[in-house]
Amino acid sequence: MRLIRQILLRMLTTAVTLIGVAVIVFVVIRVVPGNPIAMMLPPGATDEDVLRLTALYGLDKSLPQQFLIWAGGVLHGDFGTSITSRQPVLALVLDRLPATLELSIMALVIAVLIGGVVALTGTRSRDSGIEAAIDIGNGIALSIPDFLWGLILILLFGVLLPVFNISGRITPSLPLNFVTNFYLFESILRGRPDLWLDLISHMFLPSLALAIPLSAIIGQVLKQSLKETMHLDYVTLSRTKGYGENHVILREALPNAILPTLTLVGVQFTFLIGGTVIIERLFSYEGLGNLAIDAVINRDLPLIQGIVILFAVIFTAVNLVVDLLYAVLNPRLRHG
Amino acid sequence: MADGRGTIRRRAGLRLWLAGGWLALLALAAILAPWIAPADPLAQDLLGGRLPPIWVRGADPQYLLGTDSLGRDVLSRILWGARIALIVAALAGTATALIGATLGLLAGFLRGWVDLLISRLIDIWMAFPPVLFSILLIAVTGPGLGPIILAIVVIDWTRFARVVRAEAMAQGAMDYVASARVAGRGRIGTMLREILPNVVPTIVVLLTLEMGISVIVEAILSFVNLSISTDQPTWGGMIAEGRTSIHQAWWVLVFPLIALFLTVLSFSQLGEGLKDRFDPVLR
Amino acid sequence: MSFLTIRNLSAELKGHGVPLLRRVSLQVAAGEVRGLVGESGAGKSMIGKAILGILPRAVAITGGEILLDGVDLLQLPPAQRRRRIGASAALIPQDPLTALNPSRRIGGQITDRLVDILGWQRARAEARARELLAEVQIAEPERVLRSYPHELSGGMRQRILIASAFAAEPRLIVADEPTTALDVTVQKQILKLIQAMQARHGTALLFVTHDLGVVSKVCQKLSVLYAGMVVEDTEVRPFFAGPKHAYSAALLAATPKYTDPAASLQPVPEAVIEAVRREVADADRRAGHG
Repeated sequence: MRLIRQILLRMLTTAVTLIGVAVIVFVVIRVVPGNPIAMMLPPGATDEDVLRLTALYGLDKSLPQQFLIWAGGVLHGDFGTSITSRQPVLALVLDRLPATLELSIMALVIAVLIGGVVALTGTRSRDSGIEAAIDIGNGIALSIPDFLWGLILILLFGVLLPVFNISGRITPSLPLNFVTNFYLFESILRGRPDLWLDLISHMFLPSLALAIPLSAIIGQVLKQSLKETMHLDYVTLSRTKGYGENHVILREALPNAILPTLTLVGVQFTFLIGGTVIIERLFSYEGLGNLAIDAVINRDLPLIQGIVILFAVIFTAVNLVVDLLYAVLNPRLRHG
Repeated sequence: MADGRGTIRRRAGLRLWLAGGWLALLALAAILAPWIAPADPLAQDLLGGRLPPIWVRGADPQYLLGTDSLGRDVLSRILWGARIALIVAALAGTATALIGATLGLLAGFLRGWVDLLISRLIDIWMAFPPVLFSILLIAVTGPGLGPIILAIVVIDWTRFARVVRAEAMAQGAMDYVASARVAGRGRIGTMLREILPNVVPTIVVLLTLEMGISVIVEAILSFVNLSISTDQPTWGGMIAEGRTSIHQAWWVLVFPLIALFLTVLSFSQLGEGLKDRFDPVLR
Repeated sequence: MSFLTIRNLSAELKGHGVPLLRRVSLQVAAGEVRGLVGESGAGKSMIGKAILGILPRAVAITGGEILLDGVDLLQLPPAQRRRRIGASAALIPQDPLTALNPSRRIGGQITDRLVDILGWQRARAEARARELLAEVQIAEPERVLRSYPHELSGGMRQRILIASAFAAEPRLIVADEPTTALDVTVQKQILKLIQAMQARHGTALLFVTHDLGVVSKVCQKLSVLYAGMVVEDTEVRPFFAGPKHAYSAALLAATPKYTDPAASLQPVPEAVIEAVRREVADADRRAGHG
């Protein structure tokens, strides 16, 4: 029963957070000085035209009224209509979401792989020069944000040693007969290496740029946690059974050291997703972030609103998933 | 210590000196930019566009680090760009620290509904994608130095508020605070005289880190063409330009990128180094 | 010939040259129980750890040999040494609450050595685990094997650790203060259990403890340690009748009597400590010259 109460409480705070996000975005973008309606109309439009369109988008009502109308729509899945493309916001956003999700997940996988290898190597050669070098590398990787890593990667592997694509999501001249917008998943499932290799060649550098800071955090925290675990009695006991260092680290220490890392990775993963906004711009990757920046520049209010809300939903969902994972992975909580 | 980690402790001092050295050099260059910059950073030379740095063939010795597509001197633009970067770092960092730390202190010490309100706000803020939020704010306010600083404060106050709140709570639970209250000191007095001094080291560390973040935010906003007006040279603006001409003139991207990299790295290493210094456990 | 023979084993703190073990020699014959006593810091646990190859990284063995069944473990390459130890020796650890991996089921923690190191079939190893749990008087062995450590009591866990130590029929078991962390009521049962298991399996047992009372009940032989040096190596019965070494005598006087727990205890006198210190220094000097 305690668990149910906790879940309910959790959902309540999540709802409050999302409403808060909606209110703030709503208020912020209504104080935009430039009139978005005027921007939509061709030169020479009359004041009457302006009024007509203002009424059409509901911009003539008071702020609270506008919010209630909009929120009511959202609850029915209607996020309004984009001012620039005149298409439903929801459709536009869902169209781009898969690209951003694929990029984020690929970045997460890369971060976990690099961070894991770094942590395991550091633990294996703990208290040595190798560990000191790893600490310094982690420190630098952590200090430099994804945006700068992106630029550095563009220079190194896009220009100096041009092995990866630095622009776009896929080569447009390829036969693009995708059913879904999850290009990468779909092409892997359909067994089309020509497509997924090209996709990965486009996605690798941006996802690596997103992954580097997170991999440093994973490397640092997991290594610390592993090192503490390596001193524990059950690890020592396992050594007396005849097991070597690798087995001891991987089978005895790792499962117990992962838990403290997991919560942290959850929060950091939301930062990573937030980073897609600028990284997508940097690599001209056609995802949600790039769409968002275009929407801001074009003052497309309904679209901005929709995208920010979607990001907030993703962030809170990630945190929720991490909490659940934590409960599943911790035998004490599972049976307790 | 005999193990390899001892070397790290010894290197920590060096790290502080290197980081501080670069920032001091940069500050000096920023102050002296009008006198030491070899050229006017805005002067265009349409015939001398995309000239490479002097050690590359086809360079004009007049332009040490080459020119961009409009023939503007890259070195001069970097020096002038350092001004903007450091002004933003100093002003935005300080303003964020003041506001964030005040809110955190109030929440952590007063508790009750103040804490509830501020904590809820922090939760809401954590659900915003920060880059998108800053771009949105600048789009609303229009470009300029003031709006950038405002955007950084509005977005990053939670960094200070979260940490200072937790620390103020921890300090508030300690005996010396209770004895100060018993000795007849008022709530606000206790907060300012007893709690604040103990939280200051943390604030200083966070402030240093925040300065690095501010430099990046400014660069990102310039990159999406939303920062200071275009007739001011900024590192982000140069990077944006360099990104488009990357295959023709790598130097337009590389040099501001190096400046940005070293500056951000220095701020963060300075912050981490100070953290080690202040942390009694490590000392 | 003894199953375990340690000759002139010396160890020190790496990089500091602080001696932790000084030319320690001792033997444990097959089926024999030897107590290893001393105050905390005397190096008694260190000897057990050296035998099992689990010394902390900061400790270096500087000389001597550890013969297990006639083979010097210190001369073997690491992988071979680990296998040999895993196959013929085992540890009963001090604290049952920390010696079981919280994220693994009990069953796997008993059978892992049998399957991974000794190459048994899984089914055979599992049957063996059930058999062992019955032997250490655990009811519902099936349920316990499927449990996680946190679901069991401290006494239960120590029984499991004892069962696990005997799983591969080792010829030597090192028991490192196996009752210190337990409740007084549970202590006696566990001690009896270890004794019974040792007798039934005929295992050589090195019993590390600071409690001479325990030694008098369980052990046949005894080594008294001070500052990493063996000051007395003797049979248990004559020792309790009258220890030869002044330090041992003082240690014995400092131990509560089971017959009279309320009797006033004598701390080890300063003069005795001084004397034994001088003795250690003398031995160091002789070794340095030799």
